[in-house]
Amino acid sequence: MKSSLWQCTWLTAIAAALAWIPSTAAAEDAKPFRVGIVTFLSGAAAGPFGVPARNAAEVVVEALNAGTVVAPYGNTKGIGGAPLEIVFVDEAGGTTKQVTEYRNLVQQKNVDAVIGYISSGDCLAIAPVADELKKLTVFFDCGTPRIFEDASYKYLFRTGATATIDNVAAALYLNEHKKNTRKIAGINQNYAWGQDSWNDFVAAMKVLVPNVQIATSQMPKLLAGQYGAEISALLSADADVVHSSFWGGDLDALILQGAPRGLFKKSTVVLTAGETAVQKLGDQIPDGTIIGARGPFDMFAPDTELNRWFRKVYTDRYNVPPSYPSYKMAQAIFGLKAAYEKAQAGGKAAPSQEQIIVAFEHLTFEGPGGKVTMGLGKGHQAVQGTAYGTVKHVGDKFTLTNVTTYTAERVTPPDGVKSEDWIKGLKAAK
Amino acid sequence: MRELLPVVIDGAIYASWLFVVAIGLTLIYGVMKILNMAHGSLYALGAYAAASLGGAWFAGGHSPYASYAILVLAALIVGLIAGPLLERGLLRFMYGKDEIVLLLVTYAVFLILEDVIKLIWGVDPYFIAQPYGMLGNLDFAGLTYPVYSFVLIAVAIFIGIGIAWVLQRTRPGKLLLVVIHDREVSLAMGINVSLFYLTTFTAGAMLAAIGGALTAPTVSVVPGMGVEVIVLAFAVVVIGGLGSLPGAALGALIVGLVRSAAVHYLPQVELFSIYLVMALVLILRPKGLFAGFEARKI
Repeated sequence: MKSSLWQCTWLTAIAAALAWIPSTAAAEDAKPFRVGIVTFLSGAAAGPFGVPARNAAEVVVEALNAGTVVAPYGNTKGIGGAPLEIVFVDEAGGTTKQVTEYRNLVQQKNVDAVIGYISSGDCLAIAPVADELKKLTVFFDCGTPRIFEDASYKYLFRTGATATIDNVAAALYLNEHKKNTRKIAGINQNYAWGQDSWNDFVAAMKVLVPNVQIATSQMPKLLAGQYGAEISALLSADADVVHSSFWGGDLDALILQGAPRGLFKKSTVVLTAGETAVQKLGDQIPDGTIIGARGPFDMFAPDTELNRWFRKVYTDRYNVPPSYPSYKMAQAIFGLKAAYEKAQAGGKAAPSQEQIIVAFEHLTFEGPGGKVTMGLGKGHQAVQGTAYGTVKHVGDKFTLTNVTTYTAERVTPPDGVKSEDWIKGLKAAK
Repeated sequence: MRELLPVVIDGAIYASWLFVVAIGLTLIYGVMKILNMAHGSLYALGAYAAASLGGAWFAGGHSPYASYAILVLAALIVGLIAGPLLERGLLRFMYGKDEIVLLLVTYAVFLILEDVIKLIWGVDPYFIAQPYGMLGNLDFAGLTYPVYSFVLIAVAIFIGIGIAWVLQRTRPGKLLLVVIHDREVSLAMGINVSLFYLTTFTAGAMLAAIGGALTAPTVSVVPGMGVEVIVLAFAVVVIGGLGSLPGAALGALIVGLVRSAAVHYLPQVELFSIYLVMALVLILRPKGLFAGFEARKI
C-alpha cells in the first residue's frame, strides 16, 4: 500500500513534469519574433516605394499573426508559432544615419532580424555591418548586383532579384517585339542606379543587335524635375527606342512632360520601373510604351492563390492594389517565415539564428510573385524571373499587350559570374 | 540655325522657370539681407496648394481654362498666409542679428515646413496635369513644345517688368529703394520700415509659391521637391549678384542657356556646367555680375 502510494505520487509528479515541459515550450514559442523593418517613410522615395512596402508589411504581419494567410503559409500562426512584432525605421537620411539606425535596431531594440532597404547605397553600407553584428538581415528591394558579386556574407540575404534582370529582359523584349531597333537613346538618373541600368541595357543591346547605335545618353540629376531640354535632345536624336530607369517623381515628370511633346510616339519608350507610375498616371502613359515591374509583380504576377489573397487584403485595406515594392516586402517576410519554419524541422521550438541561416541558404519558397530561389551568392541572393508588356488602352482601361515573361535562368548570370561578364555572352546563353 | 533654335528655346524656357523661382529669393535678400532657405518650402507649398485647389476645381467640373487662375490664386493664398506668419511671427525678432543667424533660422523654418507639408498632404504624389497640355502645342525646328512653356516665359517677363516698374516708377517702390540703401536713415526719415519688410517678405513668399504653382502641372508634387529648387535658385542669384533684379534675370538666362547647350551637345557635363559657370563668375566677380558697390559705414 505504502509502495503503491509512493508509486502514485511519483507517477503524478512525472505526469505533472511531463505536462509542464510542453507548456514551457509553448511559452517559449509564444515569445515574439521581433523584426526591424527599414523603408522610406519620408522623402521622394516614400510615396512610390517606401509606403507601399510598409503597408505590405503591416497587412502581411497582421494576417500571419491572425493565421489568416492562405497556403503555403496557413499552417502556423506568426512565424513558426511565434507572433511577429515589427519595428519600423525610416530609411531617409543617408547611409551614415542608416548604419547608426541599424546598430540601434540590433543593439538597443534587440530585434531578431532586420528586413529592409530600398536604396542600393544603403544596402552597400549595411551589408558589412550585418556580418559584424552577426544579425540575420534580409534586403528586400535594392538592386545593385555588387552586394553578392563583390563579396560574400553569412548573415545577409536578399530576397529580391538584382537590377540586371530588368535591363537584360528589356533588351530581350525589344529583340523579340521590336526587331527593327537600330538606334537607342537613354534618359537615366545620374547616380549608381541610373548609370548601372543604362550600362547593362547598352551592353545587352550591343550583344543582341551588334550594329546598334547610341544616339544620346541623358543623365540628369536625381529629382531634377524639369526635363524640357532632355526631351528635346531625345526627340532630336530620332532614336527607335528610349530607355529609362526613372522612378518616383522623376518618372512621373518624364511622362507628364514627354507625352504631350510626342516623345512616346516618336520613339518606343521602355520604362524598366514603369509599373509604379501606373496607379496614378495609367491614363497618361501612351500606348506603345513598354513597362516592367522589376520582377513578376502586380500585373505580371502569376494567378496563384497566394497572389489573389495578397491583392485582396492589400486592396481592401488601402483602396489601391499593391505595387511592386509591396510585393517585394511581402516576398521578404514570407522568405523569412519559410526559412524559420524549415529550421524548426517540424518541431515547435524556436530555432537558433544559425539554424535559420542554414535553412535560408538555397531555399526555394513561394511569394505572391511566384517561386523564389536563393540561387546566387552561395545561396544568399534570390533569383527570379521577370516580365515586360506593352501599354494599350482599351477605352479608358489601362491594359498590357504582348506580355512576355522571362525565366530566372534567361535573365540571371550563374552563381559566381559577374553580371557585366555574363551579359557579354548573352547571345550564347539564349 | 535649325540646330541652334531648340537650344535657345529650351534655354529660354528653363531660364524663365529659374527666374520665377529665384526672383523672390533675391528680392528678400536685397531688401532684408535674409538668405531665405525656406524659399524652397514656400515653392513646394505653392505647388501643393495648386494641386489641391486645382484638383478640387477639376473634380467640381468647372471650366478647365479657369484653372490657370486657380493656380495663381493658390499661390497668392500661400504667400498671404505664410509670408506674414513667418515675418511677423519669427523673423522680425531676428533683425539686426548676423546674416548667418538669419540663414540658420530660415533653414530651421525650411525643415519645419517640410514636415508640415508631410503632415498635411502625406507622402503620396499629387497631380494637376491638365493645364500643361490644354493650350496645345507649337512646332519649332521640327520639335513640339507645349504652349504652356511659352506662357511661362511670358509670366517671367511680366513679373520681371512688373517688379522693375514698381521699384522705379511708383512711390512705394522708390521708398523701398531708400530702405534697401540705408535702413537707419529710412527710419530717421519716418519711413515705416517694418511695413516694407512685411510687404517684401510676403511678396517674396508669393513669388516662391507662384513658381511652385506654375511648375505643378509639369511634375508630380512630392515631398522634397523644394530642396532641389533652392540649390538652383541660389546658383542663379549668386551668379547675378545677391539682391539684384537684373542679376537674377541674367543669371537665370546664363544658367538656362548653358544647361540647354550641355544637354544638347555634351550631356555628360550637364550637371557640372551650371556650377562651372557659377565658379567662373565668382572668380571674375566674387559678388556676382550685378553686385553694386557697398558704401562703408563709419
